[in-house]
Amino acid sequence: MAGSHSYPGTTSPPARGTARKLAPRAGCTTESPLARRLLIAVALGFIGLVLLLPLAAVFVQAFKRGADVYFAALTEPDALAAIRLTLFTALIVVPLNTIFGIAAAWCLTKFAFRGKQWLITLIDLPFAVSPVIAGFLFILLFGAHGWFGSWLAAHDVQIVFALPGIVLATLFVTFPFVARELIPLMQSQGTLEEEAAATLGAKGWKMFRHITLPNIKWGLLYGIVICNARAMGEFGAVSVVSGHIRGETNTLPLHVEILYNEYQFSAAFAAASLLVAVALLTLTAKQWLERKRL
Amino acid sequence: MTATPTPKRAPHKGKSYAVLPGFRITLGFTIGYLSLLVLIPLSAVVLKSLELSWDGFWATVFDARVLAAYRISFATALAAGLINVVFGFIVAWVLVRYSFPGKRLLDGIIDLPFALPTAVAGIALTSIYAENGWIGRWLYAIGIPSAYSAAGIAIALTFIGLPFVVRTVQPVLESWETDVEEAAATLGAKRLTVFRRIIVPQLLPSLLTGFALAFARGIGEYGSVVFISGNMPYKTEIAPLLIMTKLEQYDYAGATAVALVMLILSFLLQLLINALQWKAARRMTSP
Repeated sequence: MAGSHSYPGTTSPPARGTARKLAPRAGCTTESPLARRLLIAVALGFIGLVLLLPLAAVFVQAFKRGADVYFAALTEPDALAAIRLTLFTALIVVPLNTIFGIAAAWCLTKFAFRGKQWLITLIDLPFAVSPVIAGFLFILLFGAHGWFGSWLAAHDVQIVFALPGIVLATLFVTFPFVARELIPLMQSQGTLEEEAAATLGAKGWKMFRHITLPNIKWGLLYGIVICNARAMGEFGAVSVVSGHIRGETNTLPLHVEILYNEYQFSAAFAAASLLVAVALLTLTAKQWLERKRL
Repeated sequence: MTATPTPKRAPHKGKSYAVLPGFRITLGFTIGYLSLLVLIPLSAVVLKSLELSWDGFWATVFDARVLAAYRISFATALAAGLINVVFGFIVAWVLVRYSFPGKRLLDGIIDLPFALPTAVAGIALTSIYAENGWIGRWLYAIGIPSAYSAAGIAIALTFIGLPFVVRTVQPVLESWETDVEEAAATLGAKRLTVFRRIIVPQLLPSLLTGFALAFARGIGEYGSVVFISGNMPYKTEIAPLLIMTKLEQYDYAGATAVALVMLILSFLLQLLINALQWKAARRMTSP
């Protein structure tokens, strides 16, 4: 949706001229060329300073001590374990939140019921919660002194400071992403097509596969991409529940933190560069999907 | 992406809904999953805080160190939000109104803070603004400690908050007709007058929403801040870090008290944001 259309009056005369009797005087709704260039320079400068410089810093720092150190940092056992854990967590979290997102969007947009607006507000709740608090919630529930702590200890189940805790915290922080992408989209599509299919005898699953899914696929993919990026990159919430056990409960962002705090800067930035790659892929996919979606 | 417009009412109501299958199962799953993952954990904080004595709660929440942490979180989020309102507005304006080489790339990179893990942002910013960093060395030379200080926290929060302002203002600018600006111009208004009297007032709700979103994110932010802040109590210790510290000392009661205050603050902010968005949406639909 963003930036794809240029504004009338800047480069080309308005295409919608038929609807408008008087064509605008050239330049009356834009700034002088000098001001324009100045504003563009300010915008580019600010983005360069705030966004691009940190990106460059990651790669410069990662390769500071040569490519050998870089690749060694990525192939050491703890790094590989962290990569595996990050991928594994995303592999559990993203499908679950996707199923939830589809189910929530289906009941919220295809049916009318009371309390709908409340439900939408509640789905958005995790966005308002600080990541640290998100992790803390699960400590309160499953930690040694938590509600279920003694029961879990008695049955020898470990949630906090283990994989389940990491998964739960990540589920919490990425909870709304797919749902909030799908709800406005399916809202705007209405129910006509599904109703037509239903009158023609299509049953639930078939209807969803042949009618709804093709209509929402790009929006759905968009939500999944964003959910995945956050799932792989979450730091605060996971940091609280993980316990930082090397090779066991360290996700890639936590691995970066540990290396950094041990002053192994090159290795820390090498691991960080992988996460930057994920972020850049995400942005590329996002922009591609944004165009597809229109 | 955080600015969801208030959903329109579905075109069909009433009986026709019953034709479609799956209402009970999807609603049941939605409510069940929401309760298990979000509502029950959140209620844990509330219930845990009921175990605290009133005096204990009060003493924790208004402890000098805790108050200092709130103050730092608020001040830095405010500063970062203001920077982002000014520059985010310019970026959005340039992206919508002008065309120039590299515009698509610029538009794509705006969302970087959403996609980049906060810890990565944190260490990258620290390396730039530390005393021997690319920018830090210049700032330190003129007497501005840009890392391990409140300024460092504000820098991190500026990074985190930028897309909130740009992505809130941009769609509003895009949907604008220029007719009012044209009318003002034909009546002889200078461009600066048009900016002051027409553009800014019309954009104010979305600028405010963007600011509030960035601010709300800023006071809860942890990952990008902990590396650059230095984490000195009373000076550069932010509220989320305080929860972390209390947890590490097994002070669950203290952590709960601080978390509860922060949760209430964030929910109030969220309510305010919803009201702002609702108002902005009404303003856009009414002529």
